[in-house]
Amino acid sequence: MRALDQKLVRDLLHMRGQVLAILLIVACGITAMVTMMSAYDSLKLSQSAYYAEYRFADVFASLKRAPESLAPRLAEIPGVGQVQTRVVVDVTLDVPDLDVPATGRIISIPTTPQPMLNDLFIREGRYIEPNRRDEVLVSEAFAAANNLALGDTIGAVINGRWEELRIVGTALSPEYVYAIRPTDIVPDDRRFGIIWMGREALAAAFDMEGAFNDVALSLSREANLPEVLFQLDQQLERYGGLVAYGQEDQVSNFFLTQEIASLQVTAVFMPTIFLGIAAFLLNIVLSRIISTQRDQIAVLKAFGYSNWDVGTHYFKLVLLITLVGGAIGTGMGLWFGAGITQYYTNFFHFPVLRYEAGTGLIVTAIAFSSGAALLGAFSSVRRAVSLPPAEAMRPEAPPQFRPTLVERWGLQRFFSASGRIILRNLERKPIQGSLSIIGIALAVAILMVGRYMGDAIYYIMDVQFRQAQREDVTLVFNEPRPARARYAIAHLPGVMQAEPFRSVAARLRYEHRTHRTGLTGLEPESDLRHLLDQQLCTISLPPDGVLLTRTLGNMLGVEPGDSLTVEVLEGTRPTLTVEVMGLVDELIGVSAYMDIHALNRLMQEGQTISGAYLAVDSLAINELYDEVKQTPAIAGIAIRQTTIDQFEETIGTSLGVFTTVLVIFACIIAFGVVYNASRIALSERGRELATLRIIGFSRAEIAVILLGEQAILTLLAIPVGIGVGWGLITALVVAYDSELYRFPFFVDRTTYMFATGVVLVAALISGWMIRRQLNHLDLIAVLKTRE
Amino acid sequence: MSSAQEYNASGAAGIASPAAVFRVRDVGKTYHMGEVDVNALRQVDLELYEGEFVVLLGPSGSGKSTLLNILGGLDVPSCGEVWFRNRNLSQANDAILTRFRREAVGFIFQFYNLIPSLTARENVALVTEIASHPFSPKEALEMVGLGDRLDHFPAQLSGGEQQRVAIARAIAKRPEVLLCDEPTGALDFRTGKLVLDALARANRELGTTTAVITHNAGIAAMADRVISLRSGQISNIEVNDTKVSPSELEW
Repeated sequence: MRALDQKLVRDLLHMRGQVLAILLIVACGITAMVTMMSAYDSLKLSQSAYYAEYRFADVFASLKRAPESLAPRLAEIPGVGQVQTRVVVDVTLDVPDLDVPATGRIISIPTTPQPMLNDLFIREGRYIEPNRRDEVLVSEAFAAANNLALGDTIGAVINGRWEELRIVGTALSPEYVYAIRPTDIVPDDRRFGIIWMGREALAAAFDMEGAFNDVALSLSREANLPEVLFQLDQQLERYGGLVAYGQEDQVSNFFLTQEIASLQVTAVFMPTIFLGIAAFLLNIVLSRIISTQRDQIAVLKAFGYSNWDVGTHYFKLVLLITLVGGAIGTGMGLWFGAGITQYYTNFFHFPVLRYEAGTGLIVTAIAFSSGAALLGAFSSVRRAVSLPPAEAMRPEAPPQFRPTLVERWGLQRFFSASGRIILRNLERKPIQGSLSIIGIALAVAILMVGRYMGDAIYYIMDVQFRQAQREDVTLVFNEPRPARARYAIAHLPGVMQAEPFRSVAARLRYEHRTHRTGLTGLEPESDLRHLLDQQLCTISLPPDGVLLTRTLGNMLGVEPGDSLTVEVLEGTRPTLTVEVMGLVDELIGVSAYMDIHALNRLMQEGQTISGAYLAVDSLAINELYDEVKQTPAIAGIAIRQTTIDQFEETIGTSLGVFTTVLVIFACIIAFGVVYNASRIALSERGRELATLRIIGFSRAEIAVILLGEQAILTLLAIPVGIGVGWGLITALVVAYDSELYRFPFFVDRTTYMFATGVVLVAALISGWMIRRQLNHLDLIAVLKTRE
Repeated sequence: MSSAQEYNASGAAGIASPAAVFRVRDVGKTYHMGEVDVNALRQVDLELYEGEFVVLLGPSGSGKSTLLNILGGLDVPSCGEVWFRNRNLSQANDAILTRFRREAVGFIFQFYNLIPSLTARENVALVTEIASHPFSPKEALEMVGLGDRLDHFPAQLSGGEQQRVAIARAIAKRPEVLLCDEPTGALDFRTGKLVLDALARANRELGTTTAVITHNAGIAAMADRVISLRSGQISNIEVNDTKVSPSELEW
């Protein structure tokens, strides 16, 4: 090994504490990057491979009922490839060992297997046989969640008749990678399942023989999507077509794509912070090393080492640290990435979710970390290189001190000599001091962000499920019912209060902007459903006009007072003009609300309801479930508590892991910054401190001088960090703002305490380590060496 | 590397008929220290010949170190010309000066300036690795009597030993000139003499032109010529006809 490289290795070993701190920070950044990027790649590749291989359709539409003879005409729409007509119905299921009724979406399939759009991957068992009308395939996740085996039966109310369906296979479809009920916010595989049933049997049960109520299309490469949607809507309108939509708005694909997009955001966001901090630490450490090695640089130059040689030497030092950090990070990232990808199989159902981490990613990670390191090292190395050898030979000029602000104000009498040393040092090196503050502040900020995710989600839960949605159970009818149905509902077992609602599929239009959503009619002064403003105060429903969620209002560009065009997509399909009376703030989804009576008037229907919100006596709830399972008119049931439980079980666990990882990362940063800053101060000022010891200062007193400075910096950093944390959280709120949900700017008090506490503990530990090193300060050796 | 061979070839020839290695003409150096200008050197004229042992004598602040730095290509003069053989160092850029130092100059400093993280052998290797036909580090260290301390770190060596490692490091590349800045300044009398002996041997056996800075007039007795500086100017040049060996020095 060359002598210069030997020096490199020994220097690294000598500074192992500092090197380790930086190395770990680089490793954190690269871990975050590789984890997120590889999960991103894996999901993205699995998505596109699955969609292509199993012919995920490009266009979807549902309707009331159209004759099969319409299909050839749909195929003639320019750009349309394959046409897949089907019968799709939602039914209530009775699953063995499940108290709560489950919702089954039954989708028709040809009685013999043939290549179709949204084709099935059969995981277990076999395809249905032509003459066995009770045979079905069920979605794999539903079967697994309910321990359903091949040969088991599930009970379903099919068009008013109780039927037993026999499971012959489990399957997956690209249409239900993310299987979620339209009313839910998290998937619930126990209570929502997809059932594939022979077309003839299903059609016979629902009066759909020779007809269909759902269609999927594939498009040719040159097809014009908006044009196809328009023509399809025209064709389907007279058959009660709801608005056709493309892949982009298909629910499963929408969630999957959103998740992939947010992975990408995180994959950029997190590593940038970490590598930024690593670059900054490398910068301070290296500039310190270079100033302590002035004379060594001078000697190298005196003996004819060129600027290039000297520069390379220090760059190598930096690269070695980051490459090792990068390698550890890559390894950890691949491990975590595989874990996260595996974790995604809980929500996203692919035939195979292959973990993909290409060499390209690893090369990018290494390039990223090296890039950050070189960036951090650049200015210090340039300073080393540009140091003229004769000048480097001379000791550094004594630093310039001047009376501090405090002294100019005449306040010095309040400070001891040690206090003045601390103050002057801080004032003399404002840049170093501010950089330390920024580093520690970032640790505080990362801790806040880590906890914020949890705070925000529990806030959303609280607002949505405790303040806005106060019902225990929501029942949805299979079709609109007259208002008197509410009395039947009120007499169901355990029901203490029932409030009907009317829900109408509609397309809202303002100027050129449109959005398809449900228009929900609520009882005025409803007890079970509150509409809230930003301050969480209840807004009362106006007797006329519509209230929009703020996000929907923004999407459509409307403000209170504007007139909105509402194209109703059911019944007689009227097109109406409604005034926007105000905006409500909801954190999940986008909705439009009206007084139920006003909605009935607009629809020119009598008092009609689509379902009801119920307050239920918890003791009688199982009786209610049993009753509901047997009631054909009820197509769906949503139970608030199960939603909350499901949510806490799934999101809560993953958040716990996420927060733990962030906390570990932030501790490493906090510790790395504080330890590095004090370690550098110790080596810079060893001579000064030894001198103080010799003239009679105690160890504790010099520790106060050295660590006092760090303590002040840490304390100053905490409010800065809270500010930075607010900034990052604001960025997150913006980054995650989507149709699905919005993150509130809400930071719990415990989060502030937690972030501050962790940083203080990290600072105390590094202070304690430095204090131990101070005890070993060799007074004689320090004084003998030249400064 | 052809120029390195040229330096060394002419250096070897220099022992027989002394020729000027350095020619310094009207050199001045001004430092700007904050708001004051310091004239470290003023109108210095000087020649150094092949194979000679020169002592530069003067109190601190007389400009000795500045002159040595300029001769060694560590610094460039503010005015005047410095020639190393047929090269004008005063006009040279950083790359040329680097090559000049790499090929022709060995430095020895008052505080040894060893790399603390490298052993004696590795400190010497630092230089031999970039020289064109050096001694091996072991040979060089044996020449200064440290053949048994090869793998010691600077912290494990006494001051005199450290300085001898520095000498081994300087002579290992077979330089044409050896420039020493107060080589005994931090050493006691006995170790100082050991170090001077090592320098004298290198001068005698390798024919290396050697310039030693000191404020210790006692050392002057071992020189071929003694050049005295005062306030940045040469005050006196004295040829020493009665050169003594370092062991006979007294101070």
